[in-house]
Amino acid sequence: MTGFLQDIGLSYELAVLVAKALGVAVVGAFGLLWTLLGIWIERKVAARFQDRVGPNRVGPFGLLQSIADAVKIILKEDIMNRHVDRWPYNLAPILSTLSVMLIWAVIPFTAAWVGADLNVGVLYLVAVGSLGTVAVIMAGWSSNNKYALISAFRAVAQLISYEVPMVISLLVPVMLAGSLSVQAIVKSQHIAYLFAVPMTVLIFLISGQAENGRGPFDLLEAESEIVAGFHIEYSGMKFGMFYVGEFLHAFTLSVLTALLFLGGWQGPLAEKIIPLGFVYLLLKSVFVYFVLIWVRMTLPRVRIDHLLNFNWKFLVPLSLINLLVVAFLWKLMPDTDQINSFADALGPTLVLFLANVVMFAGVAWWLREWARRDREHIEARRAVVAEPAEATAAAGD
Amino acid sequence: MDITAEAIVFLLLSVLTLGSALLVVTTRNLFHAALYLMLALFGVAGFFVLLAAPFLAGFQVVVYIGAIAVLIILAVMLTPSVTRLPRIYNAQWAVNLALAVVFFLLLFSVLTPVVDDLGISGTWGANFTQNSPADVPASSVSDLGEALVDPQQYMLPFELASVLLMGALIGAALLVSPTARDDEDAPHESGQGA
Amino acid sequence: MIPLWMYLVVAAGLFVIGMFGVLSRRNAIAILMGIELMLNAVNVNLVAFWRYQTPTKLSGQAFAAFVFAVAAAEAAVGLALIIGIYRRKRSVIADDVNLLKW
Repeated sequence: MTGFLQDIGLSYELAVLVAKALGVAVVGAFGLLWTLLGIWIERKVAARFQDRVGPNRVGPFGLLQSIADAVKIILKEDIMNRHVDRWPYNLAPILSTLSVMLIWAVIPFTAAWVGADLNVGVLYLVAVGSLGTVAVIMAGWSSNNKYALISAFRAVAQLISYEVPMVISLLVPVMLAGSLSVQAIVKSQHIAYLFAVPMTVLIFLISGQAENGRGPFDLLEAESEIVAGFHIEYSGMKFGMFYVGEFLHAFTLSVLTALLFLGGWQGPLAEKIIPLGFVYLLLKSVFVYFVLIWVRMTLPRVRIDHLLNFNWKFLVPLSLINLLVVAFLWKLMPDTDQINSFADALGPTLVLFLANVVMFAGVAWWLREWARRDREHIEARRAVVAEPAEATAAAGD
Repeated sequence: MDITAEAIVFLLLSVLTLGSALLVVTTRNLFHAALYLMLALFGVAGFFVLLAAPFLAGFQVVVYIGAIAVLIILAVMLTPSVTRLPRIYNAQWAVNLALAVVFFLLLFSVLTPVVDDLGISGTWGANFTQNSPADVPASSVSDLGEALVDPQQYMLPFELASVLLMGALIGAALLVSPTARDDEDAPHESGQGA
Repeated sequence: MIPLWMYLVVAAGLFVIGMFGVLSRRNAIAILMGIELMLNAVNVNLVAFWRYQTPTKLSGQAFAAFVFAVAAAEAAVGLALIIGIYRRKRSVIADDVNLLKW
């Protein structure tokens, strides 16, 4: 690309600049166009879960429905309440979409296509991801609406809390690969990390789902409680940007899971035929996305105190224990820094997998004990409440 | 100083950081002040990138913007009646302003070569001669990680920092827990019927 | 190339602005914001000195990391205190908290 631009008579610096700008445009345009298709996939899958057909009017299989919706939303009147706080109100939707588009800058799509292979890539992911929180808070506050404000409070509680287990679980692939660069993590997965550390993948997916505010953690926009949450006062394309931002956040979570735990673009012949890696990455991401929609459509919404209890009393300790166990075993095993092939990776993967099986068994046992004690507690309280009632009934006789 | 891309970026970052810092201390609406604080912190993260410390820059965004600034906004939202105070400064603000300006001029005279150029004295200025940054070893991120857990270097402060954070966590939770409140506004235990 | 003293001057400016905020604002949350600015100024200094003077030793970066930890602890406890005071006195003005003043 740079070479071609130099051939048509640009200086080297200018050629690099133009090539980078084009790269940014391509990645950005891909992200936004993928949204149109992705929303169709999501609506179709969600409809199947609810025993409906889903979009089926515009185009074959309703494929063009998203485009029709996009045209409608752009043409809609942009209503702005007189009492809103102007600057934060208008900046929030932009920040919401921007924070997720920035993540795409460090995603290695194939062995050769990567925007910027930062040596602190994973930290960058976390940092940029945390900007999404700011967008929600800005929208919630500046809308000057009580439902939006409640949503902003929930956002602070939920998004800050769930960042902790998410970052801790991100440390595991970083530790296994010995690098913070996303490309290096992908390359080090001779066997996908999913098989070595399934517990970490589970924690990452749960906390990531909460971080995106999608069901069962969609308290930020719980329709039945706070109408539409932080984007209640938004209409037209500003609402559209929130919608795109939310979709892209969810899909980016799937892409990240595919990259960090499922081997990213790796697959048969991916090193030889470069574009094939992109297809692998897309397939893996769509698979993870399907699982996430499945979870979203199956589980009912949790309550805010349950949500925080679950995080601080279960997920954070579990992620810490998980990190300690993996780190300990990884240090104990010989030659873990010289894994260069499938055969090298087999032994450590097996050991870690067995450790994870033990951990899963322990967690299952602990959860059972906890549920049993909780049940006993509730039954004991019921007995106490019921007894005086019987006593008064007896006295009345 | 010749105009390079780095110099332009430095200039923009300086204007962004100092400008939004000024707005932080002068804005009446505290919510806006907190947003400007985020912008100022973002500028500082930019300085870290410019100084070849990308790890600290990422850290800055995660810890300062993602956590501390968001907590400050939460505090602003929890105390809503005071976002627009009649007076934002206390009685001695004029003295403070003078003090700040004098202090800045003092620092400026020590740090910059301007005073030496005037030939006032040879010992007043700090005479920082480093005009271009030194080369940074490529492995500075992993070196930092090792230095933090090396008993010969920063292991003790590192452990102390974790103890401090734990103490802060417990202390903060205790301070705002319902039992620490006055008796009069303690929440009444509402008996939940079965 | 940017000489070292320019970073130091910017950091000094940030520090002084934060100091003015701490000394003059009436709202306790605004005072806390000023403290954050001052801590950031110190961090810029630490990292600049590391970059220009001892790039092989990591003292500057390590201390900046400790400043982050201290700032996080300070913000958590400080905001908890402010919210605790607000619950009792319905005020976040630092001058109103004068129980120990005589």
